[in-house]
Amino acid sequence: MGESVPAGETPVVQLRGVRKTYGERVVTEVLKGIDLQIGPRDLSALTGPSGSGKTTLLNLVGLLDRPTSGTVEIEGTDVGGLDDGDRTGLRAAKLGFVFQFHHLMPAFTALENVAMPLLARHGRPAPWIRERALALLDEVGLAERARYRATDLSGGQAQRVAIARALVAEPALVLADEPTGNLDTETSAQVVELLERINARRGTAFLIVTHEASVAERCHRIVHMVDGRIDSDRRR
Amino acid sequence: MPFPLFVALRYLRDQPLQTGLILSGIGVGVAVIIFLSALITGLQQSIIERTLGSQAHVVVRPQEESPRVHPDAGGALVSPSVEQPPQRVRPIDGWPDLRDELARLPGVSGVAPTINGPAIAARGGGSVALAVRGIEPASYLAIVDLESRLVDGELELTGLQAAVGTELARKLGIGVGGRIRIQTTGERGGVYTVAAIFDFNSVSLNESLVFVSLRTAQTLFGIEGGVSALELVTEDIFAAEALAARIRDRTGLDARSWMEQNGDLLVGLRSQSMSSIMIQVFVILAVALGIASVLAVSVVQKAREVGILRATGTRAGSITQIFLVQGALLGAVGSIAGIALGTALAMFFASVARNPDGSATFPVALTGWLYGRSVIIAMGVGVLAAVLPARDASRMDPATVIRNG
Ligand SMILES: Nc1ncnc2c1ncn2[C@@H]1O[C@H](COP(=O)(O)OP(=O)(O)OP(=O)(O)O)[C@@H](O)[C@H]1O
Ligand SMILES: [Mg+2]
Repeated sequence: MGESVPAGETPVVQLRGVRKTYGERVVTEVLKGIDLQIGPRDLSALTGPSGSGKTTLLNLVGLLDRPTSGTVEIEGTDVGGLDDGDRTGLRAAKLGFVFQFHHLMPAFTALENVAMPLLARHGRPAPWIRERALALLDEVGLAERARYRATDLSGGQAQRVAIARALVAEPALVLADEPTGNLDTETSAQVVELLERINARRGTAFLIVTHEASVAERCHRIVHMVDGRIDSDRRR
Repeated sequence: MPFPLFVALRYLRDQPLQTGLILSGIGVGVAVIIFLSALITGLQQSIIERTLGSQAHVVVRPQEESPRVHPDAGGALVSPSVEQPPQRVRPIDGWPDLRDELARLPGVSGVAPTINGPAIAARGGGSVALAVRGIEPASYLAIVDLESRLVDGELELTGLQAAVGTELARKLGIGVGGRIRIQTTGERGGVYTVAAIFDFNSVSLNESLVFVSLRTAQTLFGIEGGVSALELVTEDIFAAEALAARIRDRTGLDARSWMEQNGDLLVGLRSQSMSSIMIQVFVILAVALGIASVLAVSVVQKAREVGILRATGTRAGSITQIFLVQGALLGAVGSIAGIALGTALAMFFASVARNPDGSATFPVALTGWLYGRSVIIAMGVGVLAAVLPARDASRMDPATVIRNG
């Protein structure tokens, strides 16, 4: 189930028998055995009713959380044995995040927000970081907003800046949790178009949690969850 | 600019009210420390200077024959009482060799031989009690800066010349060039010409102390070729007691430090220092708590951003540094503001607290060391105060903060 990677290619993410429970006295099993493979260049949607475990799954894939049982592999590396520092390093190198609320840092400009993951990794500003951040802002169509404070951008602009930030370290996979959940239909369409274009041009894989059929329909693959299980996994 | 500094600076700049308030708090705290230290140090320096300005740091005399009060005990220039029984002025055996030996001791910056003995000066029908001190002006200048205390005449003590204090000159109604008849209890004496008049800022010294040449004093007290004391100054005034003990052990002579002679003064100075340190410790504590609480609030406010930073690959260590650097920056900037305020306060105080003649009551001791120490302490306190908030921030679970976004 969920085998989608052509022979010879390492999947970006490989989940095997992943379970996640919360609580100590009252135990709730949120993920009840997930097997999932995400290949390079996959543009996948993750759908399902509220509470079905989509965000939980995304956090496990994003190394923000650990499964109760089962294994998570990122590009062939089992992350179960890694300590927090190694997980952070792997996250910085391989993964990007886009959230429902853009979560930009209000004290910084659009350009600085895009550059932030590289600044943190590199330890200090450098011309190449600035250039790469500018190029990405240009790619999301906001080059002229580079010096704007994050607080002075519209919702759609902020979300595009957040997408540029997720891409700046050239990750293999971007995890997006309802990236259009807070945008109107038209802006939402623009954002999805942008993700599609980046996927096509750069080959970055995306895993997009969404409630919107219009968003899911533009993806190559739709993984549907119900009650902590993968209910269906369709390629189109 | 390193990443943690970059983020820390922006965070501080982005919350002008919080940052401004805590900077003011640190500034006031540091100003109190600067003001208090400058005042206490200045006061103590001036007390010590006044005490030591007319007194050697260590005085070496012959072993006591029997316990009795010396008129020149410890080299403090107290006026002897006329009721005291006559005493023989006793010489130190082999003093020239001893002088050279003492001068070679580490920490000793000057040695001078002196002769100290009681005498009286005739005035009209009565008499005035004197403390006669025989000196070699050249060596004695290393012990007491007589030059700076001269108000008239020149410090030349050859033959039958003497230097007297302002009070004595007034009592006897004489000036430079006037004559004074000095009589010792040993019924020796002579008439001396006043070559100089000095002012020791002390009535008792000014009315009783008389300087003559070493040779004259030898004759007056009947110890030809001898001296009754060797007076020393030390490089570090507070090393005087240890030095005196060493000399006692080595020579068997009676060596006393100014500290022993001024026990009460030292206790006073010490308790003054203690209370000043206590105040400073509590001020520092208050400043530390202020910084810690501001940063703790800031960590809560920034929780979501910290979560995002962690999610986008920022290491926990960098998050810690962001908040530690904020503590250090607050300490540094706040202490500079505090230095400005404290200096202004101290200068204002110094300009208000003046003697009737307009001179400063005492100098406030505003030193580079005090400033540097304040900045270092404030930065250290800032970093320490930031430790707990920083640890909180670095332990934040990104999944939780983002989920609750
Ligand atoms: N930290 C937690 N402690 C306890 N239960 C949790 C925790 N996080 C999530 N859950 C529970 O796990 C279940 C799945 O939550 P999750 O956020 O993954 O759902 P979702 O599919 O993302 O829903 P939505 O579409 O509403 O975002 C929910 O019932 C939720 O209450
Ligand atoms: Mg969710």
